[in-house]
Amino acid sequence: MASSSTAAHADHADHPTGLRRWLFSTNHKDIGTMYLFSALMAGLIGGFLSILMRIELQEPGLQLFSNGQMFNVIVTGHGLIMVFFVVMPALIGGFGNWFVPLMIGAPDMAFPRLNNISLWLTICAFLLLVVSLFVGGAPGSTGFGGGWTVYPPLSTSGHPGPALDFGILALHAAGASSILGAINFITTILNMRAPGMTLHKMPLFAWGMLVTAFLLLISLPVLAGAITMLLTDRNFGTTFFDPAGGGDPVLYQHLFWFFGHPEVYIMILPAFGIISHIISTFSRKPIFGYLGMAYAMVAIGAVGFIVWAHHMYTVGLSLDTQRYFVFATMVIAVPTGIKIFSWIATMWGGSIRMTAPMLWAVGFVFLFTVGGVTGVVLANAGIDRELHNTYYVIAHFHYVLSLGAVFGIFAGWYYWFPKMFGYIVPDWIGKLHFWLAFIGANVLFFPMHFLGLAGMPRHYVDYPNAFAGWHRIASYGSYIFAFSLLVFFYGVYVAWRRKERAANDPWGMGSPTLEWTLSSPPPFHQFEKLPRITGSADH
Amino acid sequence: MLMKTLPLRLVAASGVLAAATGNVMAGTGQPSPWQMTLQTPVTPIADRMHAFHDMLLWIITAIVILVLALILWVVFRFSERRNPTPSKTTHNSLLEVAWTLVPVLILVVIAVPSFRLIKDQLTLPKADIVIKATAHQWYWSYEYPKDQGGFSFDSNLAQDKEPRLLAVDNEVVLPVDTTIRVQVTASDVIHAFAMPSFGLKIDAIPGRLNETWFHAEKEGVFYGQCSLICGQNHAYMPIAIRIVSKDAYKTWLEQAKKKFAANGAGQHYAANDNGQLATEAAVR
Repeated sequence: MASSSTAAHADHADHPTGLRRWLFSTNHKDIGTMYLFSALMAGLIGGFLSILMRIELQEPGLQLFSNGQMFNVIVTGHGLIMVFFVVMPALIGGFGNWFVPLMIGAPDMAFPRLNNISLWLTICAFLLLVVSLFVGGAPGSTGFGGGWTVYPPLSTSGHPGPALDFGILALHAAGASSILGAINFITTILNMRAPGMTLHKMPLFAWGMLVTAFLLLISLPVLAGAITMLLTDRNFGTTFFDPAGGGDPVLYQHLFWFFGHPEVYIMILPAFGIISHIISTFSRKPIFGYLGMAYAMVAIGAVGFIVWAHHMYTVGLSLDTQRYFVFATMVIAVPTGIKIFSWIATMWGGSIRMTAPMLWAVGFVFLFTVGGVTGVVLANAGIDRELHNTYYVIAHFHYVLSLGAVFGIFAGWYYWFPKMFGYIVPDWIGKLHFWLAFIGANVLFFPMHFLGLAGMPRHYVDYPNAFAGWHRIASYGSYIFAFSLLVFFYGVYVAWRRKERAANDPWGMGSPTLEWTLSSPPPFHQFEKLPRITGSADH
Repeated sequence: MLMKTLPLRLVAASGVLAAATGNVMAGTGQPSPWQMTLQTPVTPIADRMHAFHDMLLWIITAIVILVLALILWVVFRFSERRNPTPSKTTHNSLLEVAWTLVPVLILVVIAVPSFRLIKDQLTLPKADIVIKATAHQWYWSYEYPKDQGGFSFDSNLAQDKEPRLLAVDNEVVLPVDTTIRVQVTASDVIHAFAMPSFGLKIDAIPGRLNETWFHAEKEGVFYGQCSLICGQNHAYMPIAIRIVSKDAYKTWLEQAKKKFAANGAGQHYAANDNGQLATEAAVR
C-alpha cells in the first residue's frame, strides 16, 4: 500500500489509459470532457424532443401525437433534460471542471474522487430519466406529462404509474451530484488558488462558478425535500400536498420555486463568466468594472433566493405578498443591467477581433438583453396575470436560456476548443454556426411573444386556428436551429481530420488568464510548480 | 365614465392598429390570425393592464434598441482595423453610478403604476353577482347561487362549433355593466381559469377557493382556455362567457333555471365525481 502510493508519487507522468482513465477518472480535465460529451448527447435527445414538439405545433390539429398526454410527456422530457442534463453539465461539470482549476492555478479539483462520483451520478440520473419516458405514467400512457415543475396533484393522483418515481429518483441523483460538485467547487476555489491570487484577482468565470456553487448548495436540498414529500405522497399515503389530508398543493409550488428560481441563475451565471473572458480577450482590454461585475453576480445570486413566488402570481397570493415579490424581482434588473453595460464598456475603446467565440459572446449580450427586458415585464404581477403560462413566458425563458445559456455554452466551446483538444476549428465554421443559430433561434422564439400576448397557453398539443401563423413560423425557425447543429458537428469533424495543432495561446490576443500559459491541450497534470500571481488585478 | 369613453378609445385604438399592421388587429374575445398584441380589453382593469403593457413595451423597446445600437457602434468603431491600439480604461465611476441609478429610476417609473394596478386587481369590489367555476379533468362546471336561480351546469368543448377549440356546449351567460365575482376551485388537479380580454387568470386549486372579479363593458362572446397543465386534454377545456344586456340575462336565467333544473346548486359534485370530492368535503 505504502509502496504503491510512493511509486505513484514518484511517477508524475502516470497517465492511465482505457477504463482506468475514463471510468475511474479523477482528472478534472477528463471528467470535464466526459461532462461535455454527455451534455452533447443529452442535448441531441432534448433537441430531438423539441423538434417533435415543433412538428406537432406547425399546424393546428393533431399531426404527430395521438393525444395531449404524449405531447406533455415530450414537453416535460425536453425541459428536464435541457435543464439538468444539458445546460448544467455543460457549464458546471464541463467548463467548470475544465477551467476553474486551470484559471486559478490549481493542479486539480480539491476532491478528485468526489468529482468522479458527481459525473457518474449525473449519467445514472439521465438514464433513469430516459427510462421514465417508457414506463407507465398517467392511466393508459407512459412517461410523466406534468411539466418540469412536477406540480401535485397532477404528479400524485394524476400519474399513478411508476414513471414519475423514476423521474424523482433521477432528480435526486442529479441533485446529489450537483451538491457534491458544489462542495468540490467551493473547496477548490476557496483553498486552492495559486499564491497571490486573492478573491479580488480571481477570473470572473471562477467567480461565476463560486456563486453558482453556493446557489446549488443552498437550493438543491430544498428541491430534494419537496420531491421526497412528493414521493411519499405518491407511494406511502402521506398528504403533504393533498388537501384531503390537510396538505396544500401550493406548498409544493413554494418549495419547488425556492429551488427553481435560483436554478435559472445557476444556469446563467457560469455563462456570464465565460462571456466576460471572451469579450475581454477579443477586445484586447481588461474587464471594465471587474469588481462591479463580480459583485453583480453575487447580488444576482443572493436576490435570486427571495423572488421565487413571482412564478406564482396566479395561485391566489395576497396583495401584500404580490407587492413584495414584484418589488424584489424588479431589483434583479439592476445588477443585470450593470453586467450588460460593463460588457459593452469593455468593448468600448477596445481593439475588437470578431472571431467566432466573440460573435457568440456579442450575440449573447444582445439576446440576453431581449430576454431580460421581457423578464421585467413579467415581474409585474399586474400584467403577468394575463401573460402567465402563455407563450410569452416561453419566449422569455428561451431568450435567457436557449439563447442565453446555450449561446454561452457555444461561445465557451469555440473559445476553449483549441485549449481543450489541441486542434483548431476553422473560424468560418463557428461563424456560420452562429449566424444559422442566431437566425433560427430568433425566428423560433420571437413570434412566441406575439402568441403569448394573443393568449396562447403553454403545454397545448393543439390550438385555435388563429394561432396557426406564428406557430408555423416558429417551427421553421426550429428547423434552421437544428440545421445549425450539423454545422457545429462539421466543425468538430474538420478539427479532428485536419489536426491543425493549437499553440499555447492560439488566439494570440495575450489574454491574461492562466489557462493560456499551458500547452494545448494542457498536460495531464498541470501546475506541478504553482504559478505565482503578481501585480495588479489578473482578469 | 370609463364606460362611455372606452368604446371611443377602442375604435380609435383599433383604427391606428389596423392602419399600422393591416390584418394584425387584436381579436375581441378571441385571438385573430397573425395577432401581435394583447386581445382587445373589455373590462376597466384589462384596459389599464393593456395601457400598462403599452408603457412597458415602449420602455423595453427603447432599452433593447439602445443596447443594440451601442453593440453595433462599438463593434464598428472599435474593430481592430479602425482602432489598432486598445485603451486601458477599466473604470469610470460616473458612468458606473449612472448605469446603476438610471435603471433604478426606470424601475420606479414602472413600479408606481404597477403597484396601483395590482391593488385594484386584488381589491375585490362589492359584487352584484357571484358565480362559481369548478375545474375538472377536462371540463368546467359553473354554479349560479340561489339569488340567481340556484342551478349548475357543465361546460364542455363543443367539437362541432366555431371557433375550434374555443366554443363550448353551455356558455356562461352574464349581464353587461355588472360587477361579477368568480369563485374558482378544482375537483381533481390544478387548472387555471383565464379570460384574456378581461385580464383574468386565477388558478383552480383543489381544496382552495380562489376569487377574482370583472366588470364587462361590452356585450359579446369571450373565450379563454385552461392555463395550467392538467393532463391529457388540457388543450380541450375552454371557457366561454357570453355577456348580454341585463334584460337578455333575465330571460336567459328563466330558461336556464328550467333547462338545468335537474342540477341544483352544489349538487353537481355528487352527481359527477367519483366520490373524491365528497370525501374532501367531509375532511374539510
